Amino acid sequence: MALLFLEDSIMSCFLLHHVWGHYRRMTGFLHLYSGEEAIAAGVMSVLNTDDYIASHHRGHGHLLAKGGDPKRMFAELFGRRDGYCRGKGGSMHIADRSLGILGANGIVGASLPIGTGAALASKMRNDGRVAVAFFGDAAANRGTFHESLNLGACWRLPVVYVCENNLYGVSTRQTDAMKITDIADRAAGYGFPGVVVDGNDVVAVREAAAEAVDRARRGGGPTLIEGKTWRHWGHFVGDSAAYRDPVEHEAWLKRDPILVCARVLEANKWAARTDLEKIQAEADAEIEAAMEFAKNSPWPDRSELLTDIYPE
Amino acid sequence: MSSRTMNIGEAIIDGLCIEMRRDPNVYVAGEDVGVFGGNFGITGAAFKEFGPERVLDTPLSETAIIGHAVGAASAGLRPVLEISFMDFLGITLDELGNQAAKMHYMFGGGLTCPMVVRTSSGAGMGTAAQHSQSLEAWACHIPGLKTVAPGTPADAKGLIISAVRDNSPVLFIEHKMQYTMKGEVPEGEYVVPLGKADVKREGSDVTLVCWSSMVRQCLAAAEDVQAEGISAEVLDLRTLIPLDKFAILESVAKTHKLVIVHEACLTGGFGGEIAAVVADEGFDLLDAPIKRVAGPDTPVPFSPVLESEFIVNSEKIAAAVRTVA
Repeated sequence: MALLFLEDSIMSCFLLHHVWGHYRRMTGFLHLYSGEEAIAAGVMSVLNTDDYIASHHRGHGHLLAKGGDPKRMFAELFGRRDGYCRGKGGSMHIADRSLGILGANGIVGASLPIGTGAALASKMRNDGRVAVAFFGDAAANRGTFHESLNLGACWRLPVVYVCENNLYGVSTRQTDAMKITDIADRAAGYGFPGVVVDGNDVVAVREAAAEAVDRARRGGGPTLIEGKTWRHWGHFVGDSAAYRDPVEHEAWLKRDPILVCARVLEANKWAARTDLEKIQAEADAEIEAAMEFAKNSPWPDRSELLTDIYPE
Repeated sequence: MSSRTMNIGEAIIDGLCIEMRRDPNVYVAGEDVGVFGGNFGITGAAFKEFGPERVLDTPLSETAIIGHAVGAASAGLRPVLEISFMDFLGITLDELGNQAAKMHYMFGGGLTCPMVVRTSSGAGMGTAAQHSQSLEAWACHIPGLKTVAPGTPADAKGLIISAVRDNSPVLFIEHKMQYTMKGEVPEGEYVVPLGKADVKREGSDVTLVCWSSMVRQCLAAAEDVQAEGISAEVLDLRTLIPLDKFAILESVAKTHKLVIVHEACLTGGFGGEIAAVVADEGFDLLDAPIKRVAGPDTPVPFSPVLESEFIVNSEKIAAAVRTVA
């Protein structure tokens, strides 16, 4: 396995991990990706720059892993003029068309039809692109899940549906919201494969994603991938997650995707401890620089309230 | 420009096919739009010309019809969707109102979501409470969305072409009692700009502001009151968003009296917005209270007797005109 991929992945992981520490300086709703990094890093490692993704509340993870600019991301989180959306979107609404990122989303389950439609665009143009729709376990109970997976199957679209199952929809445990253990089982109802992976193991995610993306690119239609994972914090910043079992929480923290990744790298001698420390230091520096950039970015002009409602 | 007699349905598909020939990114999707030709038989001609690659039958999934189009449009296509009855818009409101309409603004101009949602509105066919509504006011309350409601075949053609070319999501409302309405329609690329009202009949005593099927009713009412010496001007808005405030105020400046007419029920109807605009920006122009002629605040009933009682017609409009003129 190419060290290059692992460096990219681990860099993404470290970047994502560091974002959380700065959230308290921001306003509005903030939903941390911390703990789920291996899914974004693993999936994105097999996508091309022009492949499409549609994301959810915790979209910063996907943005950074797809190659987004941390400077512009932080500026957006701070509501500044140099942000991706010039301060109009905030944490839940960042898109970058040049990277195929069709937006994070504030509506649970909205990424599913968007990813499906992007895949239709690829199919109609026969341009070989693949679309990935990321969503959580709670979104799998929305109507958009059913309608999108069914449509993606009927039209045999080049789309991969990636469920980041962190076992909770806000405070509601998955077992109280559905009577199956594996969401991937639902794929059978639409006539395409569903696979379960360890969502905290970036290599396992990459392998599953590689197969699904390859299948989609070759015209084989959709796949549903379910990554079992855990968010390290509450649903949003300010949610103490008191509804979770502390013992279970501690056990998951020991399986932090970055620790898992580092263990795999060291065990296979793909990277030495010093390599990891170097990557960590680079990630630290990149985040610090992005933070500095965002803090110094001006606020939007008040007149921008009334621009961008209707495009030219 | 030469013209030909067409009904509104034929005019719409004529305009749509022109755009599909011009731009390979334009495609049609919806329930039964292909072989079946659409629930009102509009898309059949497009299916015949462009086939299933560009005219896509969908499962019965209104959420996915609009929802997938958000993704397709964000990726550069120009979807034209059919939601056969406007009453089903509720199923699609997140995709239309929270996604398509907000994409451009939320992302600071970084994405556009050009799409046309064609849908049928209105009562008159005995289709009862869940297949007969006029819900244009819902759409007008969502910034980012444009709302179009033609009242003649020529406007329907010219507006569908503009709607497809527009980079915003556009709700294109077709009154189901109008599909068979005939009129002269210019051939070729006939474009009617969005946001431009049209004086369908000039008059000096009172302004009738209307859209969609009420244009025909207002013209009939204007004819009726003419015999009584009342000269009514009929202003067809054609598009509600963007609203041609200038045309409304210009007409009221001439007639000094305003009657607003819509089939949708009164409370919360778009007529209230027009009345507010004129009260706010044209109060000094008025010589009489603003009148609204609208449907009652009831669901649309089934029985032909009750349904005809629900629908605004030329007699009801003429009666309102007489109270101010």
